[in-house]
Amino acid sequence: MTTPIDRTGTPLVEMRDISIAFGGVKAVDRVSIDLYPGEVVGLLGHNGAGKSTLIKCLSGAYKQDSGDILINGEKVTINNPRDARAYNIETIYQTLALADNLDAASNLFLGRELVTPLGFVDEARMEAETRKIMGRLNPNFRKFAAPVKALSGGQRQSVAIARAVYFNARILIMDEPTAALGPQETRMVAELIQELKRQGLGIFLIEHDIHAVMNLCDRASVMKNGQLVGTVDVKDVTDDDILGMIILGKKPAKAA
Amino acid sequence: MAEATSGAGAPRKSIFDTLELDTRLLGMVGAFVVLCLVFNVVTDGRFLTPRNIFNLTIQTVSVAIMATGMVFVIVTRHIDLSVGSLLATCSAVMAMVQTVVLPQGLGVELGNPVIAPVAIVAGLIVGTAIGAFNGWLVGYLSIPAFIVTLGGLLVWRNVAWYLTNGQTIGPLDETFQLFGGTNGTLGETWSWIIGAIAAAAAVWAIWAGRRNKQSHEFPVKPLWAEALLSALIAGAILGFVAVLNAYQVPEARLQRIFEARGEVMPAGYTEGFGLPISVLLLILVAVVMTIVARKTRLGRYIFATGGNPDAAELSGVNTRLLTVKIFALMGFLCALSAVVAASRLTFHSNDIGTLDELRVIAAAVIGGTALAGGIGTIHGAILGALIMQSLQSGMAMVGVDAPFQNIVVGIVLVAAVLIDIIYRKRAGVR
Repeated sequence: MTTPIDRTGTPLVEMRDISIAFGGVKAVDRVSIDLYPGEVVGLLGHNGAGKSTLIKCLSGAYKQDSGDILINGEKVTINNPRDARAYNIETIYQTLALADNLDAASNLFLGRELVTPLGFVDEARMEAETRKIMGRLNPNFRKFAAPVKALSGGQRQSVAIARAVYFNARILIMDEPTAALGPQETRMVAELIQELKRQGLGIFLIEHDIHAVMNLCDRASVMKNGQLVGTVDVKDVTDDDILGMIILGKKPAKAA
Repeated sequence: MAEATSGAGAPRKSIFDTLELDTRLLGMVGAFVVLCLVFNVVTDGRFLTPRNIFNLTIQTVSVAIMATGMVFVIVTRHIDLSVGSLLATCSAVMAMVQTVVLPQGLGVELGNPVIAPVAIVAGLIVGTAIGAFNGWLVGYLSIPAFIVTLGGLLVWRNVAWYLTNGQTIGPLDETFQLFGGTNGTLGETWSWIIGAIAAAAAVWAIWAGRRNKQSHEFPVKPLWAEALLSALIAGAILGFVAVLNAYQVPEARLQRIFEARGEVMPAGYTEGFGLPISVLLLILVAVVMTIVARKTRLGRYIFATGGNPDAAELSGVNTRLLTVKIFALMGFLCALSAVVAASRLTFHSNDIGTLDELRVIAAAVIGGTALAGGIGTIHGAILGALIMQSLQSGMAMVGVDAPFQNIVVGIVLVAAVLIDIIYRKRAGVR
């Protein structure tokens, strides 16, 4: 790993005592996590542990029943994805959230189209910008005119990532970004995460692959049955410790 | 954008690829041309006369205007079954405003030039409001559009009935009737002027698009392909004007016009009808709707929502408000169609627009709008409306029995969708 993270200042994001229930089932129960600039925090847990639900409160897809979200130490209200974007929070969803029938440029700028002075969509400029950023992220990308339906999993993923990166995200949420990818494309995402870290972004990474978490994350927060098992510094623990947290819901002795 | 062509790096193959024409659209145009030629042969050349082409265009306008709005509704995975009834309500409102409310209620003399604009504005407001209400029920209360508009089909048909007590209201205002076709045409000179402007605008649009692409160093078509395309489009526009101008106003009618002015008609005087105002209205609607679909954020959001509603919502698109806007636009277009339909009849009748919802949906679907959402074009829907109308009036001219006419139209609808499915599979992901 690179230089240690400075956690003395104000965290970039602080989620305090977040709870959300669906029809009596507590999907997230009084969970607190935080994130510092230049840090990658992994969120782990079984399916249904509540990690996606928790993070959706930050991205604006859900609204928490109770608890506070603080950005740079200030309490904020996030009611919908538009609010989240206003705080420079960008999300790459597991389902990629792309409109299959539109091309890469239309998807990249969806909801934030570039317009001409007359208020019309400036297709040419959006395509030019898309070519620029894709040249940086995935130089092999060529299918600018095709609907994203025609793209491979990796190409679609690079469109989704480009969307988050282009708009100068400060807080990035990645929900299993490598789930649908081959080895080469997974490496590409890993390199990108390192690059974004250096730029000072804070990243929440939802992952099932413990190996990826050990490689990419600075800290790992483990959830089970809607509750936080604990947050550990990845340097201090082994794969097995984290596995134990996920399966048994017990914090390892030495890191506790 | 729905039918984006192959990647920029793909090798150019056929002439169609070079021209970057949509093969699906070409297929439809081809089918339409074949249809016209067959009817022309069977009717001994009566189908492709200026007179019949003129009639075909004015008969198509009402359904075609609504079909452009239906494209947006269907693209966002909704449906509107109430358009025929909504048209009737708008028509009833406009008829009552011009024959009862203004003359009797407010004492405006019949024939006053203010009557038509007031009636039309009233109708447009009512149509837009009802559409927006439908959209609110669908978007904000999450009632399926099928149910909302199925209810609307009954409600608005009978609101129209109630407003007019089921009576036929007419004759409608003279100025209002200008939107009806034969009662309102531009004449030969103005038709040529409009045609020339339209042709120039189309050619300019092609070349402006080319310059824009070049300024960003994107690949462009070869120069000859752009030139050929420009020539084809300009030729089609001017040819259409020439045909409409060739339809002569009947002598008896001309004589009446001259007599009304207190003049004597010179011997051998002739005059062409030219472009009907209703057709001009349809062309304007088509241009505006195409610009909305391709060049505005609203259009972007409509197609994105149709492709993946969750993605659109997560990308910050307010899909509920979008639904209200789409249905309000549909309502506005129903009112516009009501102007054309009522003024073509010269009166409001209780059964105006009956079954139009099915014709409109069929036109949009034949025109390539996918019920699964995300795909559809404005020009396709208009062509779909034209194909349906040609089939119907062609069969009537040939003397096909009424039941068989509808049977054929029904079969064509299903077959068109089947061909479309096969085409899309063959063409790969589209």
